[in-house]
Amino acid sequence: MSNGTPLLAVEELSVVFGGRGSDEVRAVDGVSFTLNEGKVTGLVGESGCGKSVTSLALMGLLPSRGVRIGGSAVMRLPEGETDLLRLPARRMRDLRGSQLAMIFQDPLSSLNPVVPIGVQVTEILRRHRRMGGSAAAKEAAVLLDRVGIPDPTRRLREYPHQLSGGMRQRALIAMAVACRPRVMIADEPTTALDVTIQAQILELLKELVTEEGTALLMITHDLGVVAGLCDDINVLYAGRAVESAPRGPLFAEPAHPYTIGLLGSVPRLDAPRGEPLTPIRGSVNDNIAWTDGCAFAPRCDRYAAECLEGPPPLVPAGDGHTHRCVDPAEEETE
Amino acid sequence: MTTTPSSQNLPGDPGTAVPAEAGGDGRTPLLGRRAAKVDRLAELMGERADDGHGAGVWRTAFRRLRRSPMAISGAVIVALFLLVALFAPLIAPYSATSQAWGNEVFPNQNVFVGPRAENWLGLDNLGRDQFSRMVVGARQTLLVGVVATLVGFCAGALLGGSAGAAAVLGGRRGAWYDNAVMRVIDMMLALPTLLLAVTVAALVGPSLTTVMLAVGIAQVPIFARLLRGAMISQGSRDYVLAARALGVRKRRIALAHILPNSLGPVIVQSTLTLATAIIDAAALSYLGLGNPDPSFPEWGTMLADAQRFLSSAPQLAVYPALAIIVTALGFTLLGEAMREALDPKLRK
Amino acid sequence: MLRFLVRRTLQLIPTLGGLSILLFVWLQRLPGGPEYALLPDDATPEQREQMRRSLGLEEPIAVQYLTFLRRILQGDLGTSLQTGRPVLEEFLTRFPATFELSVTAMAIAVSVGLPLGYLAARRRGGVLDFAAVGGSLLGICTPVFFLAFVLKVVFSEGLGLFPSAFRLSPGLSRTELSGFVVLDGLRTGELDVVWDALLHLALPGVALASIPLAVIVRMTRASVLEVLDEDYVRTADAKGLHRSTVRTRHVMRNAMLPVVTSIGLLTGSLFAGAVLTESVFAFPGIGSFVYVATQTRDYPVLTGFILVIAAMYVLINLLVDISYSLLDPRVRAQ
Repeated sequence: MSNGTPLLAVEELSVVFGGRGSDEVRAVDGVSFTLNEGKVTGLVGESGCGKSVTSLALMGLLPSRGVRIGGSAVMRLPEGETDLLRLPARRMRDLRGSQLAMIFQDPLSSLNPVVPIGVQVTEILRRHRRMGGSAAAKEAAVLLDRVGIPDPTRRLREYPHQLSGGMRQRALIAMAVACRPRVMIADEPTTALDVTIQAQILELLKELVTEEGTALLMITHDLGVVAGLCDDINVLYAGRAVESAPRGPLFAEPAHPYTIGLLGSVPRLDAPRGEPLTPIRGSVNDNIAWTDGCAFAPRCDRYAAECLEGPPPLVPAGDGHTHRCVDPAEEETE
Repeated sequence: MTTTPSSQNLPGDPGTAVPAEAGGDGRTPLLGRRAAKVDRLAELMGERADDGHGAGVWRTAFRRLRRSPMAISGAVIVALFLLVALFAPLIAPYSATSQAWGNEVFPNQNVFVGPRAENWLGLDNLGRDQFSRMVVGARQTLLVGVVATLVGFCAGALLGGSAGAAAVLGGRRGAWYDNAVMRVIDMMLALPTLLLAVTVAALVGPSLTTVMLAVGIAQVPIFARLLRGAMISQGSRDYVLAARALGVRKRRIALAHILPNSLGPVIVQSTLTLATAIIDAAALSYLGLGNPDPSFPEWGTMLADAQRFLSSAPQLAVYPALAIIVTALGFTLLGEAMREALDPKLRK
Repeated sequence: MLRFLVRRTLQLIPTLGGLSILLFVWLQRLPGGPEYALLPDDATPEQREQMRRSLGLEEPIAVQYLTFLRRILQGDLGTSLQTGRPVLEEFLTRFPATFELSVTAMAIAVSVGLPLGYLAARRRGGVLDFAAVGGSLLGICTPVFFLAFVLKVVFSEGLGLFPSAFRLSPGLSRTELSGFVVLDGLRTGELDVVWDALLHLALPGVALASIPLAVIVRMTRASVLEVLDEDYVRTADAKGLHRSTVRTRHVMRNAMLPVVTSIGLLTGSLFAGAVLTESVFAFPGIGSFVYVATQTRDYPVLTGFILVIAAMYVLINLLVDISYSLLDPRVRAQ
């Protein structure tokens, strides 16, 4: 396989909900990023910043009515390059589950409570890999074993409520990897789990990515997950990427005040005891439209009048590092 | 929405929301710039100021109702019905009981009188003005509906309310009481309301009071269940816990805190019950358990009586039938819209 | 599963006990009491006294209750005042007719109501949704007996499409194996009898189906709307399953659960509706018989009918619980 071109290139993706004019909500507004073979790309931000909408748009799972999607998402498929956003619904249904898979946030509610786990795993094999009943059952057991579920043949007969939280998420991951998809999207896959289980699941995902060469889009608000897993990181705020960079530069030299704020909100072991955390003021609702200026301005410590002079442009800062701030933090070396 | 004090500016008030230009009016430049910045922010954020935060459940529900076509059509029908029922004697052009045109109608010879200039809806089988009977009948129908609903509401609320309060606050003995009451209620629910009504009516004998009592009693288990369920779900809320922790007396918690917050679904059910009562009353009349005095107009009785002439004079049945259907529909639409507005799960 | 069945059946015993007490109080001890129902309104106090004694109303309540219970268990529901024959016998001879009618009505309600409710939910806010919701509200608000009359006048007397009364056309010869006309016809191969019986069932069936249909449409619609919002439906879509698989296995299987319960509850009111519809179509079932009983205040028949309905209700609820446990594994686990 060629390594140069990305598996999925998202360009200027925008998702607009609601009617025309003042009622509409721009949930995602010109977001661009790429997913590469065997790499993990992170999409980071608070709830409501548009990260989940981005993933649903790529999967073609947004409702068709009342939603307008713009931009492009070109995916490299065996038969050539295809723009996911322009595929007819039928074709998209063929791709979902086979080339493009998704892992959702809450494993209990994401599994059908009245259908055995086995059926929920085999149905995807029957659909995309055209397997028969017994072959699919055998493969399902292999898959469960692969994601670390002990005694898979027994588990296949059980229902979701009989499994533990971590096991449910493993089952969902088994379904996602069942057809060896090229691109996998994980939407906060560990938020609903205990910390120890979180680490196991992340380890599993990392393993699958390196072994299969899958490209993983990791959606999270948890910077710990980002630091441990992601190769490239995009920080989203109010529907736009405010900073994008490889992991190293982003953590070493964050440029956008929002990124700095996110980093400052995380408790650190090496910080002196008693030093207060520095939370970001307000909530994600306290923003202004990007067309009027920087959406983050109302919560920004470094806020200046220039911030309201129209939308801030995306500024390159070398090494694939870009940000969207008119007054970025310089390297803070005294 | 708590960032700046001036964010309280009303969005529809642009004259004051955007003040003087930055720094241009003799104030210190710094202060002016700051003020302008704040105001600009407030203006931009003011556009989102009225997204319903802080308004009570009832107020938001009411606002939603005003925009629902279902609620509006229901309310219009109900309002019209109430107006007609209240002012019936003023609206009805003739007496509803006198057989003034009795010599023009011969049911056994299939001679009926349809709509004409003096009798807008024609005459009934005894030569009475059908329009006047419909108008006066509205009042009787309303009476049946309201009394039946009140009977169901009061008895049901008493049973369900006491069971709910006992279950939430009564400890072990309360749970026992609740259990016993609800067993009985569930068994009453097992019997179709109409059949419960039939037995009551069969015991007490046919009359309008019978119909009202029968229909009302048949609704008791529904009201009881609803109120109890609502009270139990309220009982696990934090404010009840807080009140108990503060040592507020149980009776006061039940009456002043839990009960008012649990009434929503019961009030909605009352609206729906008014519709059921009107329909069930008609069915009881059809079964011969309603008002035995046919001179006294009530839509259900009129409809039941008119069935005999359905093939020769269908209009006699159609008028009261339409009136019943439309009125019941009005109450149902209103009730369903209210339920939707109050229930966050049904909203979208 | 077997243990569930046994436990569920054992749970019936207290229910039946409570129900019998309730019915005893309701039917025998209510103010006025049966002596008023059995005697003309102008009966003298002496006559009432004598009637009370002959009914055993002077004995202690416990004795009365036990007598009542013993009579029910022996199938003694009293003697009809109109016919002078045992009430149970009257019911049993008329049962097949009412059973066929109820099954027809339920079949109509379920086979139309489920798909209609599903489609209404899927096209929420559309024309079909509006029509389905409006139609079901109208159905609930229309007095059943009036609807029956309208159907009879329009489709039978007016258009002549359907017969207006009875279970079979006069003069039609059939081999009588049991009271079940349709079943007998199928067994003996007399298809003309089956067809004729079905034609006779059509109009009363539709009239009787109106309320269950309306309820099922609304329940299904609400339930499907709720299920469509569930995460597991999104998961199923994300797996790229065929629309039909998502619809049956993931949406309907879950949406059916509350509908099944309501179908059970509706069966009781179906019998009440039978009283109203059968009389309009002179359909020789229990309903017609009870209709006459209400007109003539045939008290033993009325109380007997209540007892039968209560028994049916308990039985049907047991069936509902069993089917529920087949549909929902979570219930079985409890």
